[in-house]
Amino acid sequence: MTDIALQVSDLQRHFPMGQSLLRAALGRTAQSVRAVDGVGFNIQRGQTFSLVGESGCGKSTLARLVAGLDTPTGGQVRFSDAGKTSHRIQMIFQDPYASLNPRYRVGTAIAEPIRFQKLLPEAAVLPRVHELLRQVGLAAADAAKFPHEFSGGQRQRVSIARALAGNPTFLVCDEPTSALDVSVQAQILNLLRQLQAELGLTCLFISHNLAVINYVSHDVGVMYLGRLVEVAPTRVLFEAPKHPYTQMLLAALPRLDTRGREQPPIMGEIPSPLAPPSGCAFHPRCPHANARCQSELPTLQDAPDGSRIACHAVAEGRIPVSLFT
Amino acid sequence: MTSQALLRVQHLRVEIPTRRGVLLALDDVSFTIAPGEILGFVGESGAGKSLTGMAILGLLDPPGRVASGEIWLGERRIDTLSQREMRLIRGKQIGAVFQDPLMSLNPLLQIGDQLIESIRTHLPLTHEQAAARALALMRSVGIPAPEARFTAYPHQFSGGMRQRIVIALALCAQPELIVADEPTTALDVSIQAQVLHLLKSQCREQGTAMLLVTHDMGVIAETADRVAVMYAGRIVEIGPVADVIKAPVHPYTRGLMGAIPSLAPVTGPLAQIDGAMPRLNARPDGCAFHPRCPAATAQCRAQSPGLETRHGRQVACWVHQASQEAA
Repeated sequence: MTDIALQVSDLQRHFPMGQSLLRAALGRTAQSVRAVDGVGFNIQRGQTFSLVGESGCGKSTLARLVAGLDTPTGGQVRFSDAGKTSHRIQMIFQDPYASLNPRYRVGTAIAEPIRFQKLLPEAAVLPRVHELLRQVGLAAADAAKFPHEFSGGQRQRVSIARALAGNPTFLVCDEPTSALDVSVQAQILNLLRQLQAELGLTCLFISHNLAVINYVSHDVGVMYLGRLVEVAPTRVLFEAPKHPYTQMLLAALPRLDTRGREQPPIMGEIPSPLAPPSGCAFHPRCPHANARCQSELPTLQDAPDGSRIACHAVAEGRIPVSLFT
Repeated sequence: MTSQALLRVQHLRVEIPTRRGVLLALDDVSFTIAPGEILGFVGESGAGKSLTGMAILGLLDPPGRVASGEIWLGERRIDTLSQREMRLIRGKQIGAVFQDPLMSLNPLLQIGDQLIESIRTHLPLTHEQAAARALALMRSVGIPAPEARFTAYPHQFSGGMRQRIVIALALCAQPELIVADEPTTALDVSIQAQVLHLLKSQCREQGTAMLLVTHDMGVIAETADRVAVMYAGRIVEIGPVADVIKAPVHPYTRGLMGAIPSLAPVTGPLAQIDGAMPRLNARPDGCAFHPRCPAATAQCRAQSPGLETRHGRQVACWVHQASQEAA
């Protein structure tokens, strides 16, 4: 319980919007998009923490902040291994077509992190590349091929091999299977799970797909408009979702076992992040909202089953916990 | 059954001639859709599910062409019609909804005008009557305050609202059939649920038939009455949704169902179909699935199986046929 690999506290990333001359002349202040706004969570060593949410909720921005590809405008990302030589972060992105250089043979691409970080003497690089290719289910001979010679799933395997080449202790996966067909997605998810168990990796996993999240995660955070609305151990989240938004997401998910189910009416759309609603950002769509929800921003509160929920209605006991199975 | 069918597709074969030879994109595809029925088409990228929809709409991109087979809409054969005749059928008898609503809408026209144009193309109405119908359509697809949005442009709508407008366009002449190609793939899950609900209630209330193309088995499970599973340009299994999901027969369908992660507690690795679907220029002989099939026999490698009907379900698999005959 105490072995925390990553601590994110009150993290913020506000993107300033271009200030127009007219607005400046009228004395209005510049607008900003609060892509990530006061997010905090911990990840235990060797575990996978997942972030789920709909487009524009800030999950990818958060991934970039954790990977150090972007600088927060407030708050902290603290790795407990920071400063140690063993501390390395690697990323796997959604589109394996875009993240591999088409002019590099994949062996060269995989060797790049090894050479750049001088992890191995030159003579040991090629054998290591071959070992990595085999580890992700490809053949050593594939090192001489170019990315276009592979299918989408194989290219994602190459991306994974390249991420592993840097001997990472921490892996950030941003929608790694969203561009893949379902049978190939299953191969990649199985591979990621197996590699995590073998290598003891700590993972931050981003997806919009709740079923994928269920398959890979120990803990899940649900994001809505830049904030975490619920954080819970995976089983708790799927069996007893508490935040009305989490409940809505799960209810809206088309499932194989609920043929012909009458959809509960789901109201409204995600508001513009430029003009987020006051109080709890979910209140215009929430069936349990009252005056307090419209004015007061809820913060994450601990629940007895280990989950944390940011909702006045839950805190006041206004919502019965619905059970999903 | 065949006499009641609204749409009959028989032995459809679509070829794409290229410099390196003719690619077989659809091979011996046969199915029917009854009025008011939703038939789902599911499969992986390149399996031919979108191409089936495009062939029915008469919108195959050249050089792709229908090489043989027949498509019947009611009593009329439509695959041999000229582009001009087909244009009158599209919009009037067959509506279309595609993945990206922005591609289906003219960015320079107010959406009220786009609806009126489509309505007057197909129905003998005055401008005022068409405008009234456009407003009623916008209301029926769930656009709040349609009078106020009538003069808005597509970019002023959200993705979900745009897709509702495209559905209103598809419905403007009360078509008998809607071809919906990945209609909710670009939408978030809560908006997807709204749009699926809209399409489903439309079919139920107006008796409109729908061909729903998607890669998402969950969408099929919640929306369709029957499902056709496609692999490498052929239908490998077709039957009632509940049967195919609960008891898939074809080895590919079985693998596909096992590969879909669910919300249930994780008990072990997902079922895996090793390898990937062959590209069109590298189709193996015999059954196209045999290199990935755990049960493949010599017959599978030599001969392509046809769809066999048993217990209301059609399956194209030699191994399944042999086991049925033995039983």
